[in-house]
Amino acid sequence: MRRFLLIAVPYFWLLALFLVPFVIVFKISLSDIALAIPPYTPTLDFSAGWAGVRAFFSALDFENFTWLTQDDLYWKAYLSSLWIALISTAITLAVGYPIAYAMARAPEEWRPTLMMLVILPFWTSFLIRVYAWMGILSQEGFLNQFLMWLGIINEPLTILNTNTAVYIGIVYTYLPFMILPIYAALDRLDESLIEAAEDLGCSRLSAFWLVTVPLSRNGIAAGSFLVFIPALGEFVIPSLLGGSGTLMIGKVLWEEFFSNRDWPVASAVAIILLAILVIPIVLFQRNQQKQAEAEQ
Amino acid sequence: MNRLSWFNTVSLTLGFAFLYIPMVILVIFSFNASKLVTVWAGFSTKWYGELLGNEAFLDAAWVTLKVAVLSSSIATVLGTMAAYVLVRGGRFLGRTLFSGMIYAPLVMPEVITGLSLLLLFIGIGLDRGVLTIVLAHTTFSMCYVSVVVSSRLVTFDKSLEEAALDLGCSPAQAFRLVTLPIIAPAVISGWLLAFTLSLDDLVIASFTAGPSSTTLPIKIFSAVRLGVSPEINALSTVMISIVTVGVIAASLISKRSMVRQQKDEQEAARAQ
Repeated sequence: MRRFLLIAVPYFWLLALFLVPFVIVFKISLSDIALAIPPYTPTLDFSAGWAGVRAFFSALDFENFTWLTQDDLYWKAYLSSLWIALISTAITLAVGYPIAYAMARAPEEWRPTLMMLVILPFWTSFLIRVYAWMGILSQEGFLNQFLMWLGIINEPLTILNTNTAVYIGIVYTYLPFMILPIYAALDRLDESLIEAAEDLGCSRLSAFWLVTVPLSRNGIAAGSFLVFIPALGEFVIPSLLGGSGTLMIGKVLWEEFFSNRDWPVASAVAIILLAILVIPIVLFQRNQQKQAEAEQ
Repeated sequence: MNRLSWFNTVSLTLGFAFLYIPMVILVIFSFNASKLVTVWAGFSTKWYGELLGNEAFLDAAWVTLKVAVLSSSIATVLGTMAAYVLVRGGRFLGRTLFSGMIYAPLVMPEVITGLSLLLLFIGIGLDRGVLTIVLAHTTFSMCYVSVVVSSRLVTFDKSLEEAALDLGCSPAQAFRLVTLPIIAPAVISGWLLAFTLSLDDLVIASFTAGPSSTTLPIKIFSAVRLGVSPEINALSTVMISIVTVGVIAASLISKRSMVRQQKDEQEAARAQ
């Protein structure tokens, strides 16, 4: 009995507040928008008995999904989200790898402090960290002041409200997610393997490419997925740092829901985003499993 | 190694500069006398004074705190239960679905989680307010708690629990007297994680909050959409300081308990 309760309580909590909501989103994505409360049709009417249920199911269709493929806005938003997430993951890797590498090479007694310095921003509010860049990237912001003071530019650059600002925002906020798994992989790396490679005639650089990078492959993969997956559905960064030309699907979903009040289309957008995300999520899980098996 | 160390020093310096300079600038300009956030006009603490007089922010802070305490506490209980079931529960009907539901919210885009919960609350006719935000936050943060706790449960020696059972403990007693003290640090960090996730959340709260239950992130977001303001800088500084003190204190406590544990183990080894 006790065991039953132990399993049942968290199980039913998740069923009711995770799985059921998804079924509802799926159902509404097949409905039509209506001027009513709630603003969609059909709604399930049990009082009409079996006929009501039949009428309900026959009114569901894939019209919203067809609509998504016909209107450029949506598929452009999906493509540009994928592109932005991909590019920013690559930049985060390029920025994060040297930091993780240097941390793993730092003296033993520094490492806990360095780890804490990487984790600390992660505990600080995401919103505040994105907000901090608004003051830096604006026309009269610190970056422009600094570059003009250096004499590199004469006119202030427009960075805030462009895609560049979005890239900077994603790299900045997700950098700890990239550094930590790579650091974990490099920390476990057996130093003597690199020495062996160098003894066998590798230059330092080729030993790095041929030994260090392949052995930290799992960390690189884990870090990249941890940046790519949340960046794809990101809402806060494009809406604060991006401009009107920044198309990202998280923002489209938000506007479809809150501004247009088109719940069925918002739900359809969510279902397709999820379908796209399944691929990286499955790959990520496989990578984690492989890593766990390798450790055993 | 000399050339490499030089390279490493540069990448560490640049890396940490990148991570910290934005926040340092934010903090410095919260003490600016001018309303313009980018031009320095002398030291002043007036924005902190204005913050204390801003009822809307104080109300939102109170709602946020209530939601965070409630949701992280419920999430810690549920998440610990879920972790125990996953690691020690053996086989049961629907175990795969259960572990899937634990891991899925970790990778789910917030906009989707928020949308789906809102549609559920509207579907069952639940009025949006503090309760709905608590339900939403509990659901996603219990998954984080369960991951943290189960990673501790996996590494700990099951024979300790079995010894307690052999010596006449009931399963509940064995859990309370043996398992819980050992996994306590993981449970506490799970609670802290759930607490900060809840404090921080904008997207899910925006979907599930009602007009009378605005949280601090929602307030901040609607303010910063209009541009930077020194008052928000002051508020951010307060939040950054709280987090910094909290994280440093937590890491010192866990370090001390680790040292004590090592000492205990050494003494136990000597006594044998």
